[in-house]
Amino acid sequence: MTTHNTALGERTGGAVADKAVGAHPGRRPRGAARTPWIYLAPALVVLGGLLVYPVYQLGLISFLEYTQAQVSGGEPTTFQGFGNYATLFGDEQFWQVLLATVVFAAACVVSTLAVGCALAVLLTRVRALPRLALMLAALGAWATPAITGSTVWLLLFDPDFGPVDRMLGLGDHSWTYGRYSAFALVLLEVVWCSFPFVMVTVYAGIRAVPAEVLEAAALDGASQWRIWRSVLAPMLRPILVVVTIQSVIWDFKVFTQIYVMTNGGGIAGQNLVLNVYAYQKAFASSQYSLGSAIGVVMLVILLAVTLVHLRLLRGQGEEL
Amino acid sequence: MTSIRGLVRRPWRLAAEASALLIAVVVAFPLYWMVLSALKPAGEIESTRPRPWTLSPSLDSFRRVFEQQEFGRYFLNSLVVACSVVVVSALIAFLAATAVTRFRFRFRTTLLIMFLVAQMVPVEALTIPLFFLMRDFGQLNTLGSLILPHIAFSLPFAIWMLRGFVKAVPDALEEAAYIDGASRARFLWQILFPLVFPGLVATSVFSFISAWNDFLFAKSFIISDTSQSTLPMALLVFYKPDEPDWGGVMAASTVMTIPVLVFFVLVQRRLVSGLGGAVKD
Repeated sequence: MTTHNTALGERTGGAVADKAVGAHPGRRPRGAARTPWIYLAPALVVLGGLLVYPVYQLGLISFLEYTQAQVSGGEPTTFQGFGNYATLFGDEQFWQVLLATVVFAAACVVSTLAVGCALAVLLTRVRALPRLALMLAALGAWATPAITGSTVWLLLFDPDFGPVDRMLGLGDHSWTYGRYSAFALVLLEVVWCSFPFVMVTVYAGIRAVPAEVLEAAALDGASQWRIWRSVLAPMLRPILVVVTIQSVIWDFKVFTQIYVMTNGGGIAGQNLVLNVYAYQKAFASSQYSLGSAIGVVMLVILLAVTLVHLRLLRGQGEEL
Repeated sequence: MTSIRGLVRRPWRLAAEASALLIAVVVAFPLYWMVLSALKPAGEIESTRPRPWTLSPSLDSFRRVFEQQEFGRYFLNSLVVACSVVVVSALIAFLAATAVTRFRFRFRTTLLIMFLVAQMVPVEALTIPLFFLMRDFGQLNTLGSLILPHIAFSLPFAIWMLRGFVKAVPDALEEAAYIDGASRARFLWQILFPLVFPGLVATSVFSFISAWNDFLFAKSFIISDTSQSTLPMALLVFYKPDEPDWGGVMAASTVMTIPVLVFFVLVQRRLVSGLGGAVKD
């Protein structure tokens, strides 16, 4: 064997011999060990420069004193240790925002999953025409950019010009004024634009379940709910894990909707979530270190979610 | 699917179909209201008795939007940003997904876990360091400052999603290609790439949306040269929280939503099958 393929495209017919009979596909030698790294190079460069390095910088800034004075070079940058974190954790507002973020994200995730799964099941029960109608409406909601969705929902619920208050006979009730009704309004918008992902994905998953399995369950006299709980849900588990994790990630980091719909975090910051809070700290009041510390807190929380995700994947014997 | 449907008794099925249609109407209502409000003539939209139709549709709001300085330019900028992100991240993700599924090498599993972890990074939290990075490389106020980060952010998810598609291509096909004398590059671009294409389309939906929707970076990185701005910023010109020009906001929203809708309709089929393929893996 004289196969010394060093680069892309130099592979010749002779190299085929060394990848003979594949009992373990991919496990046999594949010529130059460098090839996968050549394929990976662009991704690693981009991720290293624009994701890993910024994460490192984020951590670094969170330990420094970094405000407008340091940015413009007026004052030297000083190391603060955990000073910024002490300030942050000593601030009552931070804990309030953290709690609001977690509760709001949880409410969004639960509602999105419930609506998405229920409608996915509904899609399997109806003929082509109603299915197409619902599918198209959902794709439309999915395709709507966050910022336009936010303004449209604001108009729908506008106390003066919106149709919702009229339809519900609420007079000129202002939804964005109260803390909970403002969060509820944002939640509705978030669920509206994110349930389609869950619905379409779960629907694709249900279609992959053999019809005989469901038939057998129905013949055994299982109720619809029982079929979902004991047959479909376990078979769809991998899909449900994926959509749940994706929803957690998306809903935990909601920015545009809160920022636009509550005008930067609501009256007296009553509708702040961590993301908007960090933005306000960093860019509105130039406290880059505090903003970065908030970013690190978010990173740590989502990292914990990731570890749970990995354990779940491993637990189902998923091969990486 | 027929057999599942057959199991449901007829009155229930009709009730299910009626509710599906009703839900479709509710879900589509905000979009209908957006277009309707964009078409309502001035004055009618600011009526305290909003009507779900208009007798005299007018394009005034659209005219006002396009008359706004550089709106067309913002539109083009958004398109350039989103398309660059889609194409570049699809190509890079395809190569990376091929590497981690069709080769065994040291650190492969580590890399996969890193891609998974990278998906969880709250990219919005990186606005601060990215701001300084873009400043140091003189990229503030350029479209590059919007394109580059979004390529990086959509990569981990794209690689993770494409994995299933690349894995599904049988090894025998690769061997046959080599026996026929194809080079590795030829196999990659002429055989693997077309086979994985549906997966790339499904993936591109996510990168397109994240780039097209971007509001935070446009707000933070395009600070002085507004000719480099994108659509969300143009929309905000009409949206003043105390005195919004609803006609203008809704017309701008409609213009901003249409390209994504067109994109979705184009890829709709492949999207559904793509998601199925990605999750079955």
